[in-house]
Formats: sequence, C-alpha cells, structure tokens
Amino acid sequence: MLGSTDLSTLSAEAGTTHSEIECRALTKRFGDLVVLDALDLDVGRGEKLAVIGPSGSGKTTLLRLLMALDKPTSGRVTIGGEILWDEPSKRKERDLRKVRAKLGYVFQHFNLFPHMTALRNVAIAPMKVRKMGRQEAEAKARELLASVGLGDKADSYPAQLSGGQQQRVAIARALALDPEVMLFDEVTSALDPELVGEVQRTIVELGDRSNMTMVLVTHEMRFAARVANRVAFMEHGRVVEMGSPEQLFGDPQEPRTRAFLKAVLEPLY
Amino acid sequence: MWHWSVAWHVLPQLLHGLKVTVEATLLGSAFAMVGGGVLLFARLGLPRPLAVAVRFLSELIRRTPLLVQLYFYFYGLPSLGITLPAFTCGVLGLGIHYSTYVAEVYRAGIQSVAQGQWDASRALDLPGTTVWGRIVIPQAIKPVLPALGNQVIAMFKDSALLSVITVTEMMATARSIGSYSYDYLEPITVAACLYLVVSYSAGQLIRLYERQQYAWVN
Repeated sequence: MLGSTDLSTLSAEAGTTHSEIECRALTKRFGDLVVLDALDLDVGRGEKLAVIGPSGSGKTTLLRLLMALDKPTSGRVTIGGEILWDEPSKRKERDLRKVRAKLGYVFQHFNLFPHMTALRNVAIAPMKVRKMGRQEAEAKARELLASVGLGDKADSYPAQLSGGQQQRVAIARALALDPEVMLFDEVTSALDPELVGEVQRTIVELGDRSNMTMVLVTHEMRFAARVANRVAFMEHGRVVEMGSPEQLFGDPQEPRTRAFLKAVLEPLY
Repeated sequence: MWHWSVAWHVLPQLLHGLKVTVEATLLGSAFAMVGGGVLLFARLGLPRPLAVAVRFLSELIRRTPLLVQLYFYFYGLPSLGITLPAFTCGVLGLGIHYSTYVAEVYRAGIQSVAQGQWDASRALDLPGTTVWGRIVIPQAIKPVLPALGNQVIAMFKDSALLSVITVTEMMATARSIGSYSYDYLEPITVAACLYLVVSYSAGQLIRLYERQQYAWVN
C-alpha cells in the first residue's frame, strides 16, 4: 500500500521542470461507459501535440478535462506544475480558476457570443477577468483580430461572418488572456471544406511564431503532420501509440494504429 | 334591452376603472418580473434546505387560487396585525402569484441558451456576474419575451379579481354601476369590450414582435 499517490507525487514534482501538462491515470466514466481509461500523458513545454483517433476514443473528453469543463471520475492532472485535478470530486470551481487561466480553448462549434461583435467577443475576457480598461482591451482585441487576418471585421457580429472567420475570431478570443497552453478541439470539423484551409493556416502560423504549448484534437492527418511535432493515437480511452509525425504516420508500430491510418488515408484512386 | 345611451353614459367611469386596472397590472408585472428572477436564483443558488423551502412556497402559491390569496392578504393578514391598503394587497397578490409563473418562463429561457455558451464562458474564466449579466440573461430573455408578454396579459385579465377586495378597478366599477342602476347589461358588456380591446392589441404587439424575430425563418 505504498500507494499510487506517492508515485504520482514524485512524478508531478519531477514534472514541474519539463512537463507543461501531465496526466496520471486520468479516468472518465459516464455510468458504465469508460471514456478515458486510466490515461497517462505528458506534454512538454512548447510542444505541439496532435491527438488523432476514431470517434468516441475520448479525444474531446480529454481536452474538456484539461480545460476543467468536465470533471474526471478519478486521476490527477497538473498544468505547469500546478494541480488541476487530484481527487476530482472534492475540487471546487474556485480551485480550478487559477489553473484554467493558463489555458486557452478553441471549440469545434466556435461558441462565440452571438449578441456581441467580434471585437467585444475578444475584449470581454481581458476586461472582466484582467480588469483591463475598455480602450486598452479593445486595442489588444484589434491587434489579435489583425493577427488572425480579421482586422477589418472587428465590428461584425458572428452571424455576419463565415464559419472560417468565426473560428478565427474564436482563436483570437482564446488568445486574449495570453495562455501558456492552447487546446484545439476539432476546430475545422464544423467548417465547409473550402474554409478549412484558412483556419489551419492561422493555427500553423500561431504555432510557428510562438512557443506556446498546443494540444490539437483533429481528424485531418495532413494538418496534424504539418502543425505537430508529436502525434498521439488514441483508442478506447487510452493512448495506443505516440511519436513524431514521421514515425507515427510513416512507420506505425501498433497494428491498431496501422489499421486506423489505413482507413483514413485511403487513396482517392 | 340594450340601451346605447346607457353604454355611452357609463364609458367615462369605466375608463377611469380601466386606468386602475392597467396600473395594478403594470405594477404587478414589474413585481413579478423581479420576483420571478429572485425566486429562480433562490432555487438555483441557495443552499439546499432553503432552496427546497422556496420551491415548496412557489408550489403553494401556484397551486392555490389567486382569489384565495387575495382574500388572505386583505381579510386575513389584518388579524395577524398587518393591514395594507386594498390596492397594495392587489398588486402584491398579482405580483407574488405571477412571480412563480415568471420564474418558470425565465427557467425556460435560461435552458434555451446553448451549452456552448457556458463552456466558452468557463474557458474564458469569466466571473459569475459577467456570465449571467452579459452572456446568459441577454440571450435568455429574447426568446421568452412573448411568453412574458402573455403572462402580463393573463394578469391583466386576472386583475378583475381585485374587485372582491374593494379595489375600484374596471370590474368593480361596472358592478357598482349595475348595483345602483339595476342595469348590469351595459356596464358589464362595455367593460368586457374594453378588456378585449386592450388584451387583443397587446397580443397583436407580441405577435408582431415574434414575427420580426423569426423573419429569417422564411
């Protein structure tokens, strides 16, 4: 009974030096359904990790737990050395806030605030969370909108923008609190095919010009290969295989990884 | 027999009564709109035993006739040492009764706000006051404005009950004209027409609003 807690404390302490995100035995059950099955995962500082895998493998659930949008059943997560989850049932919303501030999240369905302009969408968090003055917050928001190529759309409402533009506003909004880690949840899945490129380019640029840590859940293998320096293949709530894009796409070791890649990379002719 | 001259003759008095009816409705509605919010937040935000108590109280108010409640406030409370003017009792009676319905309307509105809005608010770490005041409530109110308007119209009609606690609103006026002139037909009919005109116009306004809101559907 030396206990798993002792071990995980050790690894968490060791982790503070080089791991930005550390998951230990992270488990999420909905009734009988096991969505995450004692998952272990480390993401290094500045690393860009793409998470791929079939639908229902727990990818999105993993991101939602990292953002503390849902509560894990059990397990432990640290972000930048600070505990996000440990004995999850006892964590209070207040405890989560401090850690959550390090993270930015981009949703599959954008989730912009429809009754606010693009500018307000981006400026609201700096104003209300950082207590920044309106002028300063809006200047920063304009800068961020320009950085995702939407400098001229500040006064548009979400409904007046294309899906690709909305998603880029959502990226700017997630960046507004200067997160250390960005989480992208299938950010191009809800887009018309011709709009996928602009969003992916925005993310690739963001990755190139910052040393932000990124975790990207995606179904687009080409995008994963381009943006990530490590790729994890998930199935049944576990990480089956992980490696560099060249390794994982070029020479997958696990039969299940091979089967998945064969299915999704099926040539057109 | 119907006499137009009598109908014409009683109109000014009834219009005066209508003014009281409208005042009671507007004050009662204002009370109910605030009270509904208070009730809902009490149920959502208070510790469990208190929330259960609030819920029980709401049920009590909703499952008993408004008429009984009005009697209680006006004829019952004085025995407990609380004597309020008739008009105040009427406004409180309407306001409290309708608060319980308005709370349900608000609840429906809040449920209509997409889960993604809550997720985004949490991901941005927005404080609770911002989430409710700037994100959820502005989006929740719009779709339930018609339902809220219909509650006001229902209250407008129910306000006729205030006549039994001596408030001289339109119904009481019509009845008192009848009792001294022995002629009920004209005052009651004219009062009915006035109720109809006001609630029908208000109903049309609500429909107009709805049509404007959902214009994009067509």
